[in-house]
Amino acid sequence: MSGQIDAAFEGALGDFHLDTTFTAAMSGVTALFGPSGSGKTTLLRCIAGLTRMQGRLSVNGREWQSAEAFMPAHQRHVGYVFQDANLFPHLTVAGNLNFAAKRSGKRSNSDSPAIDFDEAVSLLGLGPMMQRMPAALSGGERQRVAVGRALLSRPQVLLMDEPLSGLDQAAKADILPYLERLTDTLAIPVLYVSHDIGEVARLADHMVLLNSGRAIASGTIGDMLERLDLGLLVEPFEESVLATAEVTGHDPKYRLTRLVCCGQPLTIPEADLAIGETVRLRIRARDVALATKRPEGISIRNILEGHIAEISAAPGAAHAETLVDINGARLRARITLEALAELELTVGAPVFALVKSVTFDGRSIAQKQSG
Amino acid sequence: MDDIWQPIWLSIRLATVTTAFLLVLGAPLAWWLARSPRRWKEAVAAIVAMPLVLPPTVLGFYLLLALGPDGPAQYLNGHGLAFTFEGLVIGSIIYSLPFVVQPIRNAFEAFGEKPLEAAATLGAGPWDRFWHVALPLARPGILTGAVLGFAHTIGEFGVVLMIGGDIPGETRVLSVAIYDYVETLQWRKAHLLAGGMVAFAFIVVLAVLLLNRRPARQGASA
Repeated sequence: MSGQIDAAFEGALGDFHLDTTFTAAMSGVTALFGPSGSGKTTLLRCIAGLTRMQGRLSVNGREWQSAEAFMPAHQRHVGYVFQDANLFPHLTVAGNLNFAAKRSGKRSNSDSPAIDFDEAVSLLGLGPMMQRMPAALSGGERQRVAVGRALLSRPQVLLMDEPLSGLDQAAKADILPYLERLTDTLAIPVLYVSHDIGEVARLADHMVLLNSGRAIASGTIGDMLERLDLGLLVEPFEESVLATAEVTGHDPKYRLTRLVCCGQPLTIPEADLAIGETVRLRIRARDVALATKRPEGISIRNILEGHIAEISAAPGAAHAETLVDINGARLRARITLEALAELELTVGAPVFALVKSVTFDGRSIAQKQSG
Repeated sequence: MDDIWQPIWLSIRLATVTTAFLLVLGAPLAWWLARSPRRWKEAVAAIVAMPLVLPPTVLGFYLLLALGPDGPAQYLNGHGLAFTFEGLVIGSIIYSLPFVVQPIRNAFEAFGEKPLEAAATLGAGPWDRFWHVALPLARPGILTGAVLGFAHTIGEFGVVLMIGGDIPGETRVLSVAIYDYVETLQWRKAHLLAGGMVAFAFIVVLAVLLLNRRPARQGASA
C-alpha cells in the first residue's frame, strides 16, 4: 500500500517562525535539506511529536495530528535517530536495543514492517559491541546502535536528525555504507535531515528544500540537483549533479575503474565495485570544465560529448552555472563569464565536458541507483 | 547493659521506616518539582525545605499540637499520636523530607529531557519513562537521598523530644538516651553511644561522597 506523509506546521519558537507544508513518499529516503536555521530539526521534532506546534500530519492515511487532536510522541510509530545518538547511558548496547524491541509489540498490529532482532544486529554490525556501555563506544558506533534501536521499535517512518554531523570524516566514511545498505534493504520510509549536500546526494531519493522555515522546492534528488535556480542554498562550490554509471572493468596496472555513463566511457580511481554494478556518482560543478573542440594532449581522462542545455549567471558573480546535456543525463559546469564569452557558448551549442578522474573519491560514489 | 541496645534498635527501626516512606513520597514529589512547568512549584519546594531553617522545637511544637489529643490526629484513633512511635515516624518524615527530595530532584534535573524523548519515540508512555528511564538514571541521587534521610532521622533530637518524649522502647531514641545518660551522670554509657554516633556520621558522610563521585567518573570516560 503506498500512502504518503502529509505534513503542514505553523508556529513560532522564540524568534524562529516555521510555516511548512510538504508531502513525502512512504518509501525511499526523503532528505529535508537546507542551511542551518532553516527549520529542518524543528520540523522533524514536530513530526515525532516532541515539539508541539499548530498543524496537521497524517502518515499513510492515519491522522497523527489535526487542529483538534494531538497524538503524543509515544503513540506515533516513529523511529528517531538523534544528532548525538542519545543512547540510554545506564544500559548496555544490548539493553538499549531490547528497550526498543520490547515495546515494539504495541506496534505489531500496525502496518509497519517488522524487523528481526538478529537481522538489525548484523545489518549494522553491532554483534561485537552488545555487552558494552554507550560511554565506551566511538561516535560512529554509538550512531549505529541508535539506528538499530530506532529500527527495532518497529517504526512506520524513520526520522534521522543529522545523524552524521557530530562525526569526523573517518567515522562518517565508516557509517555511510551501513546507511546505504539499510535504506536499500528496508521498506521503511526515511526522513533524513542534513545540511551536507554530499551526504544527501549519496543517500536520498527525494529532497525537500527548506529555507527560513519554509519548504521552497521538492522533487527527486536528481532533478533537484540539476536545478540551477536553487544553487544559492547549497554551500558555494558544492553544487553537483548525480550521474548513474555502470562498472565495466578495472585496470590494475594504473589502479583505475572503468565505467560507462550515458553511453560514454568514464574513468575513476580504483574503487571496490563489482563489474556490472550500477553506481551513483556525484559530480561537482567546479570539477567540470568545458571545451568546444575535443582536446588532445591533456591529462583529463573523462571527455563527455554533449550540448549546453541551460546557462545561468548569478548577478555580481564572476562565474556562470551551465547545465550540459549528455545523451539525456545532465552535468553541471561552473565556468567564468570570460570563458563563456570567449567560447561563445549559448544554449544548444555542442560542447565537451571534461571531468578530472581524481576528483572522484569514496564520498562521491554511492552503491545505490539514482532515484 | 541491655538498656543501651534498646534506643539503638529503636532509632534504626524509626530511621528505616521513615526512609522507606520518604523514598515513596519523595521520588514522585522530586519528579514533579523537577519537571512541572508551573511557577508556583517553587513555593512547594520552599515548604519542603523549611525544616532546614526552622528550629526543631518550632516544628516539634506545631507537630505536637497537630498530633496531640486535641489536634486533627485525634480523628485517626480518638487520642492522637503524640508520644507514640507512629507520631515519631510522621514527625521524622516531615523533618527529613528536604534531605531526600533535594538530591533526587537534582538528579532528575541533571539528565535533562533527552533520554526521556528517546524513550517516548521508542513507544514508552509517561509511567514507563519514569520507571525505566528516570529512576535508573537518578539512582545515585536516590541513594544519596536515602542515606541522608536515614542518617538525619537517626540524629534527630529536638523534634523527637517535643512530640515523643522519653518513653523507653517507644520513643526513647538514641539522641534522647544520650541526653538522659548525661543528665543522670552515666558517663560511660553516654560515651559508648556518642562515640558510636561519631563513627556512624563519618561512615555516612564518606558514603555520600563516594556515591556522588561515581557519576562524575562515568561522565569523564565518555
